[in-house]
Amino acid sequence: MLKIIHFKVNGRDVELAVDERESLLDALRVRLDLTSVKKGCEVGECGACTVLVNGEAVDSCIYLAMWADGKSVLTVEGLKGPNGELNPVQTAFIEEAAVQCGFCTPGLILTAVEIVGTGKDYTREELRKLISGHLCRCTGYENILNAVERVVKENLQKAN
Amino acid sequence: MFDLQGFHEAKDVADAVQALTANPNAEIISGGTDVLIRVREGKDAGKVLVSIKNIEEIKGVKLLDNGDLFIGAGTCFTHLTNDPLVQKHIPMLGEAVDTVGGPQIRNMGTIGGNICNGATSADSAAGMQVLNAIVCLTGPNGERRVPISEFYTGPGKTVREQNEVCTGFLIKKEDYEGFSGKYIKYGKRKAMEIATLGCAVMVKLDKEKKHIEEVRLGYGVAAPTPIRCPKAEESLKGAACTDTERMENYVNIALTEVRPRSSWRASKEFRLQVISELAKRALKEAIVLQGGQINA
Repeated sequence: MLKIIHFKVNGRDVELAVDERESLLDALRVRLDLTSVKKGCEVGECGACTVLVNGEAVDSCIYLAMWADGKSVLTVEGLKGPNGELNPVQTAFIEEAAVQCGFCTPGLILTAVEIVGTGKDYTREELRKLISGHLCRCTGYENILNAVERVVKENLQKAN
Repeated sequence: MFDLQGFHEAKDVADAVQALTANPNAEIISGGTDVLIRVREGKDAGKVLVSIKNIEEIKGVKLLDNGDLFIGAGTCFTHLTNDPLVQKHIPMLGEAVDTVGGPQIRNMGTIGGNICNGATSADSAAGMQVLNAIVCLTGPNGERRVPISEFYTGPGKTVREQNEVCTGFLIKKEDYEGFSGKYIKYGKRKAMEIATLGCAVMVKLDKEKKHIEEVRLGYGVAAPTPIRCPKAEESLKGAACTDTERMENYVNIALTEVRPRSSWRASKEFRLQVISELAKRALKEAIVLQGGQINA
């Protein structure tokens, strides 16, 4: 049965009819065409479907669309600046060549946005743990870590 | 699309109890990280889900007037780890749940779900055992409180009735004050891993930090349910922190109290080895955390 939910998606107020049985992943991809959100394992293991809900990274494949009611959801589409600029996290991923096939990238970028948003400094080991909910089957973890590390440092420098 | 018969978002605990009572085919969903996967696999297909995800009254950690801690069942792992009360009084539990799955899972999964799914491999299970947690359940006839030692009835099974909502866990002041604790998870990977074995040790030293006044040893995956090792615990009362002989003895007694099995993750023999090693390591680390000296 379709139910109406009200939530914020990438800063915009959205009223959406969703099936009670559908995942937030399907609601975002199929109903809102936000295809940056990738469908991978569908059991919360690969992290490809990661989105931020009220600023916290969740696997949208095991998050019911109904739960998003009243909340704020961020996908990679929402990172775009007013004139189409890339987010510093995206720039760091490009400059560090942290993208291979690209399937894990949107999820990792959102986790990186969450990490940067804390405004804290992290060791490489801590960052390893913080991105451990993402699988990169190209195994490009080194460059991904370089990118996350770089954007965390850059952000701290800017803040000082 | 998940194979569900229906879905109800409960407004509060009473509403959840009512919805569960109204339909014997209804099941609670909290964080969703277990239930939705079981639904996806077809194991729990066709159920009515009663969601307690948005019930604010069962989230967070409180220090009660009498000094007891109350951990809301709906508190997600990340919030538990970052909670100042947990960090101050029971850091072991915060560290234990920080080993569950990965960061996204820890932003979703809850302590209530971790205990109520009855899994022996739950990372909070060994810690809850040694903390003597009291499970608070609310059903149609009101609230009842069950000691964690009486909560599990078998693998994946607990005394919680289908229409009872776990609202939280009570940790008595005397069960955390003066103790230090350490949880060690053994798994083949550092993340996104289900424990091959989990071991929690809590210890209370005397004033001089030379002798052990009380020790508590709890395990996950060392038996069909999370367990304590009361005989091993008893054997260390009054022992010097440096008494390696008595520590060996404590490990040997613990080995008689566990009932591990072989699974595709590890053989029984290997689990026994991990059980003895972790009993020692976690004890030593807990002693050091409290300022005691050990024979390294």
